[in-house]
Amino acid sequence: MSITETPPAQVHQKPVVELTSATVRFCGDSGDGMQLAGTQLTNTSALVGNDIATFPDFPAEIRAPRGTKAGVSGFQIHFASKEIFTPGDQVDALVAMNPAALVTNLSDLVHGGILVVNKDAFDEKGLKQAGYQTNPLEDGSLGAYQLFAVEMTRLNRLAVEEQGLGQKESDRCRNFYAMGLIFWLYDRPLDPTLRYIDAKFGKRPDVAEANRRALHAGYNYGETTESFASQFRVNRAALPPGVYRNITGNEALAFGLISAAKVSGKELFLGSYPITPASDILHELARHKNFGVRTFQAEDEIAAITSVIGASFGGAMGVTTSSGPGIALKAEGIGLAVMTELPLIVIDVQRGGPSTGLPTKTEQADLLQVLFGRNGECPLPVVAARSPADCFDVALEAWRIATRYMTPVFILSDGYIANGSEPWKIPQVAALPRIPIEHPGPMTNGEPFMPYARNERLARPWALPGTPGLMHRVGGLEKQDITGNVNYDPENHQWMVNLRARKVACIAQDIPPQAVEGPERGEVLVLGWGGTYGAIASAVRNVWETGGSVAHAHLRYLNPFPANLREVISRYRRVLVPELNLGQLRLLVRGQFLVDAIGLNKVQGKPFVVREVEDKIRELLD
Amino acid sequence: MSNATALQVLTANDFASDQDVRWCPGCGDYSILAQMKKVLATVGIPREQTVFISGIGCSSRFPYYMNTYGVHSIHGRAPAVATGLKATRPDLFVWVITGDGDGLSIGGNHLMHAIRRNLDINIVLFNNRIYGLTKGQYSPTSPLGKVTKSTPMGAIDNPIHPLSVAIGCEATFVARSIDVNIKHLGMVLQRAAEHRGTAFVEVYQNCNVFNDGAFDYATDRETKADTTLELEHGKPLIFGKNRDKGIRLHGMDPEIVELGKGVSEDDLLFHDEKAPEPSLAYLLSRMMTPEFPEPIGVFRAVERPIYDELLNAQITEARKARGEGDLEALFHSGDTWTVS
Repeated sequence: MSITETPPAQVHQKPVVELTSATVRFCGDSGDGMQLAGTQLTNTSALVGNDIATFPDFPAEIRAPRGTKAGVSGFQIHFASKEIFTPGDQVDALVAMNPAALVTNLSDLVHGGILVVNKDAFDEKGLKQAGYQTNPLEDGSLGAYQLFAVEMTRLNRLAVEEQGLGQKESDRCRNFYAMGLIFWLYDRPLDPTLRYIDAKFGKRPDVAEANRRALHAGYNYGETTESFASQFRVNRAALPPGVYRNITGNEALAFGLISAAKVSGKELFLGSYPITPASDILHELARHKNFGVRTFQAEDEIAAITSVIGASFGGAMGVTTSSGPGIALKAEGIGLAVMTELPLIVIDVQRGGPSTGLPTKTEQADLLQVLFGRNGECPLPVVAARSPADCFDVALEAWRIATRYMTPVFILSDGYIANGSEPWKIPQVAALPRIPIEHPGPMTNGEPFMPYARNERLARPWALPGTPGLMHRVGGLEKQDITGNVNYDPENHQWMVNLRARKVACIAQDIPPQAVEGPERGEVLVLGWGGTYGAIASAVRNVWETGGSVAHAHLRYLNPFPANLREVISRYRRVLVPELNLGQLRLLVRGQFLVDAIGLNKVQGKPFVVREVEDKIRELLD
Repeated sequence: MSNATALQVLTANDFASDQDVRWCPGCGDYSILAQMKKVLATVGIPREQTVFISGIGCSSRFPYYMNTYGVHSIHGRAPAVATGLKATRPDLFVWVITGDGDGLSIGGNHLMHAIRRNLDINIVLFNNRIYGLTKGQYSPTSPLGKVTKSTPMGAIDNPIHPLSVAIGCEATFVARSIDVNIKHLGMVLQRAAEHRGTAFVEVYQNCNVFNDGAFDYATDRETKADTTLELEHGKPLIFGKNRDKGIRLHGMDPEIVELGKGVSEDDLLFHDEKAPEPSLAYLLSRMMTPEFPEPIGVFRAVERPIYDELLNAQITEARKARGEGDLEALFHSGDTWTVS
């Protein structure tokens, strides 16, 4: 058989078992290329029409010592022929490239699940680094799983030996071998990955060919050896008609920001300082200079926000991106943006805290920081994305609010949706909402310009430098109403503090009422926000199957809350607030609505699994 | 109408805002404000094209007193605000007003990076060697041993010299003047305004409330000829009431020599503000009283690519190479699939 051609997918020598969904996790050393393996399986699954949800999980260290538990990197993908909301609670197939990967990931594999390991890595040293006393491949401890111990290192080297690469380079193809095997197991086409290899390694034909051979060798291993009795197939999902692509949260934010600039006739200025897990937004935007996108890698987080204030003062669409620690540094600058009432967007891709915390892990513990983490009474609107694709819409909405109300707006994302991906139904460009922006024109009648006069939405004019007659000064000192002059008068201060609060509060009239999935009234309302959407939506659907009276409201607007939220909450006997923090939204809901909300709180750097939410709902229903 | 505005001949008074100036009577800032208005009236750039950006401190109230656009930002951050503005609005004439505390202490990082990027902006640092607005603590330019409210036994932090810092940050234009030396100050501000790239100007500024007389040595009629040295491009370094003293290089170090007595002008160090290497400018920036006269004037004025021009050139280049950004194409880049 030629190894440069894709095996014909329609010829099956082994029985094919149809599944509605499957969850696969690749795990290995952080240098083993597991993120790439996961990404390729993701893109391929998306292209065959599955619904997908992914969860990359990697250590903060770029290269922890080889073979250690600290260096294990994983990528989980859930693909299905039905609508899915999460990357899956447990995995159906686990690929472990070494003992450390096995020991740290095995607990997530379902009993009876498929376990593919690289047998060659289970040597004395590898076992010792993982803390195994005996070899689990031989001591019977893996009896609960379908174990496939494949000599991946040896077989991969054989497959690529003709390319004459060194051993190190040869071993780098091993992830393609593992991919090939999984692609066979789940009956996935190799073409998208072969195209990827061509594009990525075009300049190194020897490496490209080695990777192709490794991929085919892994595929053929599944097909020809007797180890695997059957293949699985997950058919296309019935997604709404349209053109789709796979998208991560960070990509969707970047696309959303670029789109918002376009539909508002603005040019985008991003002032940003690199920080995990937000940097990919900077990287993505930096690629699109032909949209007029100016990216500025600032000297620090403070310069990032203050440069954006300068850009916004000049009339650009100013955006800064960061994560919790960087947001803390930006606090004073955001206060200046509130005081000067300039439109801009601050994006917080949350990670585990406090302090440096868990840089590569997810959490939702910045909600109170973004709402209240500034000196003085300093209100601003906060919107949160619920899923990777939702980031696109949230970016547009944030800019709409910022410009309509002349205010900085916070977008909350998190590490889980930033790096996770799902199919995105590509919108019609013509159907994107327009964001009209007005700037006052020149004044030549000699009348003084009033930079803090307001329209019916309490927004002040966005007067741009360069406009004759509108020269004015903004700054952090308290402003006199209307004139914008510095003013320390007690009555004026009270008036202005109230005015800034009212301006933000009245946005509640300009956002959709809170929608509910499930019964309009009943026993339990699950009230969530942000990246927990998938887990809550899945849990609630599972409970519906057994007839439980539960509904799900997922907040996009965290400040102000939708105008009907009090009324929505009042229609249910109990309110459950699952959050990846110690109860921050719950505190707000209790404080604002005097409702005895119940928390489900997890701070492990990991998203909820569906089971956790489902169990809690059932406990409340009992 | 906008043409008429652009052609209008402006006077210094046209640059005065309607706000009362609230610096302490006798403050050196008044003089700097007056010279700035005069200079702006001559450079021919309309008021609406001009933006003053400041941080926090006495000097940072400056934008309120100018009838231009202005941002009174937060402590130390003015260079960063200016960076964002100038990067997106290269058409604007942008000034940063800062002080020794604002620019060199809390905002040191931003000052450093604005200067090395070489945006086309002008930074004027009012150096009074004290914290005035917070009522008299020592600053990064206060001399060792300085007794202030926060250093009752004398400052033990070694001070830094603003111009040495700027030169170390690869500044393309570095100059110094003195608040009461109004003609010289006007000349220096004019030169800064004309410079393409970041112009950094230190102004010795007397705080008559918390650090009165800090620069008496440089302003006193009796002593100033011996304690300061006016730099002129291409001219030898000569100073003294009778212009009979000069600076000569002795190895790597400057030394004071008396003219005549076997030393001629040709033996002296000649000022070259366009020297490609910053060594001379740095050497000059290290000359301090009482050992040396302190140079005033333009230390360095060289050309280097400008950040905002480079940034916008990349935008132009990307548009030329790939065409104006198209959302449709962006969304469909990479693998897509159709569900029917």
